[in-house]
Amino acid sequence: MANLKYRILLIVGLLAASIWALFPRTVVERVKRNGVFVYDTVTRVPLKRGLDLQGGMSLALEIDESKQTVADKSEALDRAIKVVRQRIDEFGVAEPVVQKVGTDRIVVELPGIDDAERAQDVVQKSAFLEFQITDKTQALEKVLPRFDEIARANGLSIDAAAAVSGDSAKPTTVGSLLTQKSDSAADSSKAVAGTTDSTAAAPATPAAGGLFSSNIQPGQIPGQYIVPERAYLAMSQALELPAMQAAMPPGKVMRWGVDSLATGTERFRTLYVLDSRPIITGEALTDARPSTDPVEGNVVQFTLNNEGARRFKVETGKHVGDNMAIVLDQRVVTAPTLQSAIGRNGQITLGGGTLQAAQDLALVLRAGALPVPLKVMETRQIGASLGADSINKGIVALGVAMGLVIVIMVGYYRFAGLLAVAGLTLYLVYTLATLAGFNAVLTLPGLAGFVLSIGIAVDANVLIFERIREELDHGKSVRLAIDEGFQHALSAIVDTSAATILSGMVLYQYGTGPVRGFAVTLIAGLVASLFTAIFVTKTFFLIWLNRSRGTQTLSI
Amino acid sequence: MLRIFHNTKYEFVKHWRLSAGLTIAFILAGLVTFGITGGVNYSIEFTGGTLMQVQFKQAPDVADVRNTLDAAGITGAEIQQYGSNTEYTIRARSETQVEAQAGGAEGVAKEIQTALDAKYGAGAVTIVRTEAVGPKVGAELRTGAAMAMLIASLFTLVYLAIRFDWRFGAAAVLATAHDIFVTIAFIKLMNLEVSLTIVAAILTLLGYSANDTIIIFDRVRENLRKPHKGEGLARILDRSINETLPRSVMTHATTLAATLALLFIAGEVIRPFAWVMAFGVFVATFSSIYVAGPILLWIESKYPREAEDRTMQAMRKGNEPAAPSGRSERLAAR
Repeated sequence: MANLKYRILLIVGLLAASIWALFPRTVVERVKRNGVFVYDTVTRVPLKRGLDLQGGMSLALEIDESKQTVADKSEALDRAIKVVRQRIDEFGVAEPVVQKVGTDRIVVELPGIDDAERAQDVVQKSAFLEFQITDKTQALEKVLPRFDEIARANGLSIDAAAAVSGDSAKPTTVGSLLTQKSDSAADSSKAVAGTTDSTAAAPATPAAGGLFSSNIQPGQIPGQYIVPERAYLAMSQALELPAMQAAMPPGKVMRWGVDSLATGTERFRTLYVLDSRPIITGEALTDARPSTDPVEGNVVQFTLNNEGARRFKVETGKHVGDNMAIVLDQRVVTAPTLQSAIGRNGQITLGGGTLQAAQDLALVLRAGALPVPLKVMETRQIGASLGADSINKGIVALGVAMGLVIVIMVGYYRFAGLLAVAGLTLYLVYTLATLAGFNAVLTLPGLAGFVLSIGIAVDANVLIFERIREELDHGKSVRLAIDEGFQHALSAIVDTSAATILSGMVLYQYGTGPVRGFAVTLIAGLVASLFTAIFVTKTFFLIWLNRSRGTQTLSI
Repeated sequence: MLRIFHNTKYEFVKHWRLSAGLTIAFILAGLVTFGITGGVNYSIEFTGGTLMQVQFKQAPDVADVRNTLDAAGITGAEIQQYGSNTEYTIRARSETQVEAQAGGAEGVAKEIQTALDAKYGAGAVTIVRTEAVGPKVGAELRTGAAMAMLIASLFTLVYLAIRFDWRFGAAAVLATAHDIFVTIAFIKLMNLEVSLTIVAAILTLLGYSANDTIIIFDRVRENLRKPHKGEGLARILDRSINETLPRSVMTHATTLAATLALLFIAGEVIRPFAWVMAFGVFVATFSSIYVAGPILLWIESKYPREAEDRTMQAMRKGNEPAAPSGRSERLAAR
């Protein structure tokens, strides 16, 4: 009797613990309020939903070694993770995951993100900031023939026909481009004013034919050039060539501008020749804030540390009247003319960029540059509505499966079937509580596995009941039949469960994301089903036997 | 009490030729479709490439969508309706497209989105889901999935070898191998897309089928321990299958019920999983009776156990009170 009391105590205790583990509670987490993420208290069932159920995005990133090789990958990756984590924290995501997988991969999970492109940009942007003075020695013109030769040797050119039609159109388009540019003057109205004569003084277009000499036009400021869009691809490929790097004017680098300009039907890109040595880099930044300036539009204001400020002041003082290119990730954002020496505080003008772009840029500058460039190996993105739809359908399927199993079990085993169904209900609660307790993630395959497990979980009960029937057939008393039924079914139940738990573990080891969720659900379900079938249902039988002492019939 | 398949005396094992013929025919049918239409249809996870599920405001013309993508340089994309006629999946995974993703997996997805936005206007097309997988990740997942299957089978073999006799373990594993083949044939015949979720379904199916085999073998083991009066293994096997038949029918019924609920209600994403499991219920029934059993007999005929010894031991132990009564009853029934 004492035995029975302890059994009941254990079952009720576990049930209470499970309900407590699953009870909707107030937690503090980041939630979206009017489009921004804030810390707030929410009341919810503490079951973690996977990305496929709540919507969001996951990224697998690796070090991009296409441009440079990285000596100590693992160490570089650790530093990159720190930067990525800080950026995401500032970006504002409910419960983000940033973790290292293996030695060379970062997995980033951003639940509830709906602007995937922006999120990815924040994660992936190198945010390497440099301030470089533009070239005013017309170094490029001297090496153009050599550039043409290299391009020709490597078979790089734009389609000849396109080049011819482009040539005839050029004089007018470039002219209108310049006037249009000085009208809108997105980057720097000051720069334009000081550089009109340098444009006029630029040598006439060299003889047609070469990829570079026939497509490069001097821009409005020293060191700036304008290239038609159709030549962009071939030229940027050519500029990547090692031979080209070697032919570069000494102490200079070439960088593309961030945006393209349009005049009429043709589009143009800007190309800059810069001093290769930066005045300072983003490392000297201590703070960056987005701001809106009535004249300049959206800007990012930055503050430098002491050493950076000193150096910046000296260098900019030397170059008053010159243009200083602000280069982000090897692309020129803007190249204003230096009116005077700049000290601790400066600003970056985003020609026509949105306030959001300014916010994001300030964010990545604050968090610091990524130590190594990262490339995306895998990305998954699931809309929140699809996730919600999956949950709803999954829950309906769960209900229907449960209903069918109840009908089958009670219809066939009658009273014993009822006990099994009661055990099954406990099974559901225990499994969910185990998932919540271990902070496991419920995914869509996991949910499917859970529904399936309802059908399979009664197997143990079925095995036991069939055994009890056999024992009863052999003329044993009800009490003995129940006892021996449980005993004889045990080996089969343990063997089958052990075999399935083993394959569940294998699945967990080799699976990713959603499939891992499935494996976890499978294992939690099996353990719970073992417990309910062997222990809980048996206890129910014992209670029943106790109440109807000396009974000769069992409805099974 | 309500009883089904109670006290049956079907002779299962003697039909092994017919069953072997059936299962081989099924596997061959799968192989023939392999020959005609090429390998199985792997998902983006395994092939690498880009999958986008898009929802249009108005049902589009598929040819139109295809032309739009072709014009944007995404040639040869597979476009399929997904559920309602406003939802489509687009798969871009030709060799060049996958290679292009080595430097960054997201590129093609952006191109598709830009092309669709340009054609149908921003806001008319909603991206419901995107998966972009670089070639390296795809290759890793393929190896991972194959390893998972192999190791799971190996674990089953070792576990059964420890818990039972090696003959049982070998028979169960050969039956598992059979299950893998018929399931692949089924997936091919149904033209299901092989994703990681399907791999999970196959592993679950293998586990479920092994369960069924274990239940029967457990009964065989028990019946072998009891005195069985020189009854051959074939007879014992038949008897064990018959004795476990009610359990098999009940468990398969409840499992099938849950599977059908998934198949019809749980939605498009989980449907391939449900198909494999629905098939699994039948595979498990079939293979545990008609594959594992005959294989066990065949192994036994090659490497016989010392049957007489065991029987004698069992006879000597057989004077405990419960066993003889059970036996006499069963004999009487026969």
